Amino acid sequence: MTDLPAHHPGGKKLGLVIDLDVCVGCHACATACKEWNSGGHSAPLPDFNPYGEGAWGVWFNRIHSFEEGVGADARTVHFPRSCLHCEEPACVTVCPTGASYKRAEDGIVLVNADICIGCKLCSWACPYGAREFDEDEGVMKKCTLCIDRIYNENLAEDERVPACVMVCPTSARHFGDLGDPNSAVSELVAERGGKDLMPELGYRPVNKYLPPRRNRNVAAAANADPRATAPAGDNKLLRWVDRLLSR
Amino acid sequence: MHPALSIIFFTTASGAGFALLTLTGIAVPLGLLPSNPGFGLLTLATAGILAVAGLLSSTLHLGRPERAWRAFSQWKTSWLSREGVLSVLTFVLAAMFAVGWVIFGRIGGFTGLCGILAAALAVGTVYCTAMIYRSLKPIQQWHNRWVVPNYLALGLMSGLLLLDLIVRFWARPIAIPLVALIVIAVAWWLKESYWLHIDTASAQSTVASATGLGRRGPVHMLEPPNTEENYLLKEMGFRIGRKHRLRLRFVARIAGFAVPLLATLAALLGIAPMLAALIAVLSAGLGLVVERWLFFAEAKHTVTLYYGAETV
Repeated sequence: MTDLPAHHPGGKKLGLVIDLDVCVGCHACATACKEWNSGGHSAPLPDFNPYGEGAWGVWFNRIHSFEEGVGADARTVHFPRSCLHCEEPACVTVCPTGASYKRAEDGIVLVNADICIGCKLCSWACPYGAREFDEDEGVMKKCTLCIDRIYNENLAEDERVPACVMVCPTSARHFGDLGDPNSAVSELVAERGGKDLMPELGYRPVNKYLPPRRNRNVAAAANADPRATAPAGDNKLLRWVDRLLSR
Repeated sequence: MHPALSIIFFTTASGAGFALLTLTGIAVPLGLLPSNPGFGLLTLATAGILAVAGLLSSTLHLGRPERAWRAFSQWKTSWLSREGVLSVLTFVLAAMFAVGWVIFGRIGGFTGLCGILAAALAVGTVYCTAMIYRSLKPIQQWHNRWVVPNYLALGLMSGLLLLDLIVRFWARPIAIPLVALIVIAVAWWLKESYWLHIDTASAQSTVASATGLGRRGPVHMLEPPNTEENYLLKEMGFRIGRKHRLRLRFVARIAGFAVPLLATLAALLGIAPMLAALIAVLSAGLGLVVERWLFFAEAKHTVTLYYGAETV
C-alpha cells in the first residue's frame, strides 16, 4: 500500500549527507551511479539517441553548478541532486497502484517496476526532480540508495555503501543512519548546520546538505606581501612554491 | 508543466460528460426534464461517450496501459486511484439508470435512485480529478483553493450547454438556459480569480531554498548538469512566453465564456435557438481546451529551480 509506514522515534533513516564545501563537481558520483544501476535493482537505465544530437537518458544523480554571492566573495558551488528519501514522500502517497513505497525498516523509497503503470504522477509530486521515466519499459525509476550494495554480503564490508559515496574522490558524500542522533552522519549534520532542501514544502527530506564553509579572508591574503613572510626573495619559482606550501 | 493532449482532452471531455450525467441523473427523477426515453438515450449516450472517451484517452499517456486496473487499489491515499474507483462506480450506476429509463421507461423508484447516486458519484469523480492537481505541492499554480471550484464550475458549465442543446429536440427550455447563463458567469469569474491568483501570489520556493545556499549572497545557476534535454525538462520544464499566454487567455475568455454567454442568451430569446445552442457548445469546447492547455502550460514546477528558474 502507498500508506506511509508509521514514524518510530529513533527508527532507522538511511540517507546521504552531501558536503557542498568539498564537492568539486567532477560528476564521478553521477557516472558511478549510472554504471552501478545499469545493472542493479532498477536496471536498465536506458539512454536514447546516445551518440547523436539530443542524446538523453535516465540518471538518478545529476550534478548542477551554482554561484553563491557576488563579486570577490562569490563562490562556485557544485550541487549533486538525487532522491532525498523524504519522511513525507508525496511521490509515495499519490501512487495509484502501490508501486511506489517507503520501506518501514530503513526509510528507503523505492518503485516496484512490476506494478508501476507509468502514470508519472509521482514525478510531478516530487519537488526535487528525483524520479525519471524509463520510456523503454514504460515505468518510473529512481535512486534506490544502492539497496543492492548496502545489504550485499557478497561485497567487502567497506564497499557496502552507495556507489556514489564509494567513488567520491573528495569524500563529499557520506552515507549512514540519520535516525540515530549519535551516528557519524548525524554528528556531521549537527556540527556543520546541515540543511533540508525546500523545507517550506514539508516533505522532511532525510538527506542533508552541508553548506559551504565561510571564506577565509581572501582579500587580506591577496594583499599580503609574500616577501615579508617568506625567505624566497626575488626568486619566482621559490615564491610560487612558498605560496603553494603556505596555503 | 508539459500540456499533454491526452490529459487535456480527458479532463475537458470527461468533465462535460460527468456534468451532463449529473444534471440528468438529478433532474429527470425529480421530473424537471422530459422523461422521454429518446431524450434519455441521447443525453446518456452523449454523457457516456464523453466520459468514457476521456478516461480512455487518459490511459494513453500511461507507460503500461495494460496494468491500468491496478490503479483501483490505492484509494486510501491517492486521488488518482479514488478518481478511478469513483468513475467505475459512476458508470455502473449510470448504466443501471440508463437501462431503467431508456429500456423500461421508468424514471422513479429504483431507477431514479440510481440516477441520483450516479449524479453524486459523477460530481465526486470530477472532484477527485481536481484534487489530483490541487494536492501537488511543488506546483503553486495547482496547489491553491481556486483549482477545485474551477474544475467543478467549468465541468458544470459544459454539461449545461450540452443539455441545453439536446433538450431542444424535445422541448423549448427556459430554466436550463437561464441557469446556464448564471453558471457561465460564475465559471468566468472563477477562472478570472484563478488567473489573478496565480499572477499575484508570491513565490513559494526559491533557488536558495531549493539548494540550501544563500549565506554568502544571492544564488543563481551557473551550469545545468547536462547540455541536452532530459525527462525532467521535457515533462516539467515547459515554458510559455508572456505574450503567448495573454493571447491564449484572451481566446479562452472569448471562446470559453463570452460567446457561450451571448449564444445561450440568443437561444433563450428564441433567436435561431438550435444554432445558437450548438454554437455555445462548440465554442465552449474550444475555449475549455485552450483554458486547460494554459492550466498546464502556466504551471511551474519546483524542479525548474535547479535549471535556471529563480523563484516558482
